[in-house]
Amino acid sequence: MSGSDTTRTILLHGALLAGLAALDFVLPDYHHGVLARVMVLSVFAMGYNIAFGYTGLLSLGHAMFFAAGLYGAALPIYHLGWSVWPSLGAGLLAGLVLAVIVACLALRTLGVAFMIVTLMFSQVFYLTTLYFTTYTRGEEGLVLQQGMRTLALPGGHISLANADVRFWAAWTLFSLTLVITLFLVRSRFGRALVAIRENEERMRMLGYDVFASKLAAMAVSGTISAAAGAAYAVLFGYAGSGFASIQYSILPLLWVLLGGAATVLGPFVGTLIMFYLIDTASSYTTPHMLVVGVALILLILYFPKGIVGTIRAKWLRWLP
Amino acid sequence: MTALLDVRNLTRSFGGIKAVDSVNFTLQQGEIRALIGPNGAGKTTFVSLICGRVPVEQGTILFNGKDITRLPAHKRVRAGIAYTFQITSIFANLTVRENVELAGMREGHDGSAALAVLKQVGLDHLAEQKAGDLAYGHQRLVEIAMGLGLHPRLLILDEPTQGLSEEEVAAFIALIREIARNTTVLLIEHNMHVVMELAQRITVMQQGRILAEGTPEEIRNDADVQRAYLGA
Amino acid sequence: MGFGPYFLLATLEGLVTAAVLALTALGLSLVFGVMRVVNVAHGEFYMLGAVLAWWFASLVSGNPALGFLLAVVLSPLVVAAVAFIADRLVLKRLNYEAEGTIVATIGLLYIIQQLALTFYGAEARPVQAPFDWRIQLPWFGYSAYKLFVIFASIAILIGTWFLLRRTNIGLIMRATQIDRDMAQAFAIPVGKVYAGVFALGAGMAALAAVLIVPIKQAHYLMGQDPLLLSFIVVIIGGLGSLRGTVVAALLIGLSDGIISMFFSPTLAKMLATLLVALVLVFRPQGLFSPGGVAAR
Repeated sequence: MSGSDTTRTILLHGALLAGLAALDFVLPDYHHGVLARVMVLSVFAMGYNIAFGYTGLLSLGHAMFFAAGLYGAALPIYHLGWSVWPSLGAGLLAGLVLAVIVACLALRTLGVAFMIVTLMFSQVFYLTTLYFTTYTRGEEGLVLQQGMRTLALPGGHISLANADVRFWAAWTLFSLTLVITLFLVRSRFGRALVAIRENEERMRMLGYDVFASKLAAMAVSGTISAAAGAAYAVLFGYAGSGFASIQYSILPLLWVLLGGAATVLGPFVGTLIMFYLIDTASSYTTPHMLVVGVALILLILYFPKGIVGTIRAKWLRWLP
Repeated sequence: MTALLDVRNLTRSFGGIKAVDSVNFTLQQGEIRALIGPNGAGKTTFVSLICGRVPVEQGTILFNGKDITRLPAHKRVRAGIAYTFQITSIFANLTVRENVELAGMREGHDGSAALAVLKQVGLDHLAEQKAGDLAYGHQRLVEIAMGLGLHPRLLILDEPTQGLSEEEVAAFIALIREIARNTTVLLIEHNMHVVMELAQRITVMQQGRILAEGTPEEIRNDADVQRAYLGA
Repeated sequence: MGFGPYFLLATLEGLVTAAVLALTALGLSLVFGVMRVVNVAHGEFYMLGAVLAWWFASLVSGNPALGFLLAVVLSPLVVAAVAFIADRLVLKRLNYEAEGTIVATIGLLYIIQQLALTFYGAEARPVQAPFDWRIQLPWFGYSAYKLFVIFASIAILIGTWFLLRRTNIGLIMRATQIDRDMAQAFAIPVGKVYAGVFALGAGMAALAAVLIVPIKQAHYLMGQDPLLLSFIVVIIGGLGSLRGTVVAALLIGLSDGIISMFFSPTLAKMLATLLVALVLVFRPQGLFSPGGVAAR
């Protein structure tokens, strides 16, 4: 990648982050809240994109990683009275450990078998959250009260229940993930992942440890997804089994497909549009499952590159 | 002097049929060896066993004195065995330079190392072209360049001249001579002209076994080989 | 009731589950076997069959047998037609590419589920059994209809076996399964075979649902468990093997009743799912035979 491409990339992504930050001051309450939620969920999508988009691992079970972060953070807060920082760490760790275990098993399979195995492991996780209803309160979920959600910062304690704080926290996590993703996909490791996606056997015969690379990709992907889950728990104060259900494995796939697989900005664009699409549809009482179903089919049939992917293919070749 | 590659009693069967059957084989440092034989003789399976694409059932493989029989493919590559695919297997979406860079990237080589390799195979003027847009003959060269980008001690070429024009074949022969100055080459080849031009020794396989081995002259005059392979 | 009769009752109930499961799973197995398509919407075809059965039955007043008869004939046909159209409009255009078709059938799942919720509603509704006899055994009375389900399923399985092994249609399907390109070269209309198999698979799920709906009520979410269980059956039983499917369905159907006596249903499902996932990881030959999808 040439120097001018690097400059353009920095400018574009910097502008996006600055623009999002500016929106904090102008957006009406409702959209302000939506954007905070979309930023957190698109972190989940960016995590998913590392596995699905860049490495070509079509997982149907990423809900378990999101939920591992969600519960990893929420359970210690709720039952053990932990404060926010160590709970976030617990959420990340839970996602990392789960991702490594699941990947070690699931990566023994390929293609369709991989999809089904990840789906099944995720379903086991979902059923586990239901089975231990005593602790998780199942579908009803845990509600983290305001008092449990104060973040200790050098300057003092702030409440994450406050809308502005929540927005900035979401923005910080989003920015961090975006920058990490950018570095990752432009690194040697990221380029190797893409090449493995394109031709695994070739890469093996170039001396790359394909299994280890995929394992690392799943670990990063699962940990980022868990970060989104942990952040969701502390920012929105809720953790329920629904987040571990199949639907939350399908949604990141949908967001990434819509925005553009293997693009850095695609996950955010896809999440944002899908969120408003479902939101608008629901307000006209058109049921949201229909929107999801139709969108999936139309995307896979007619628009497999997604929005950012198409822009890159047609106009901006330098987009990461 | 120890052999670069020393294969003992190597066996591999698929569904009851022995594709490679108790093969003993040695390769000296700096040699150009051709491996010939009719279709289905087990040549590709044999080299796949050597480079680790197919797991070994029985026997041992020593490379540079070390036992690599149970080593996974990527570690054998790192030990110095490079394999170029029979069916061109390059990254069509990447540029020629990026393709070759992938070979050296793991060891921290940068773009200039890739360019040097491209110069060697005569593709430096096409470095920034998309690999998928190249003519077939050039794609075969990219394939070989990716093998060379690994700076291997042993380069295994699986039917490299298949589908090349006469001029391209001539250039290929010159290229392999050049490469062989510091790399050992094992070549599966059907084109007898290429074999006779390049190989110092020839190994003939038939039905999973080694039928004959010797200098081009010896092989040409071998009665068994003539009967089985040359159709005389 | 002593252990013997109790065991007999559990076995009979298990056989009913197994009978319905065998039909549903066979539909899934056929589709995967011939087309290499993992149909995630299979459970929704089952649900659609049940919901349509309720609708057809409700059109006829008077003798419940008439309504049931109407349902048993029309419901699988309508579902098969829906599947046929889905194949032509979606799967065919994806060229049956494995990963794309899974995503597409997930989309189909959502669409069918939502349409059922919108037009049928969230209630569970029963369909009256065509007959209401009870067979009096020495220890307990047992529904004759449930026995009918077992025998009907056996008859349909034999019929399917005959179709696959003894007719030209079966020959064409097997030829397509073994080598799509070769079949094409022999002038087999592969596209039509695929659409037909997809319709047949969906129709079998619908038929199974019509049979069960007098016992269990129709509900828009009822497709989830049969989907999971069918996957389990197909993975354990081995792909495309009629005998394997029946044996695995018997195994799962019978053990389902027994396991849920000892464990909570959630735990039973958890363990079963985990077990099958591990089977797929360590012994993929079950579902994904050599040269199949796992081997790519």
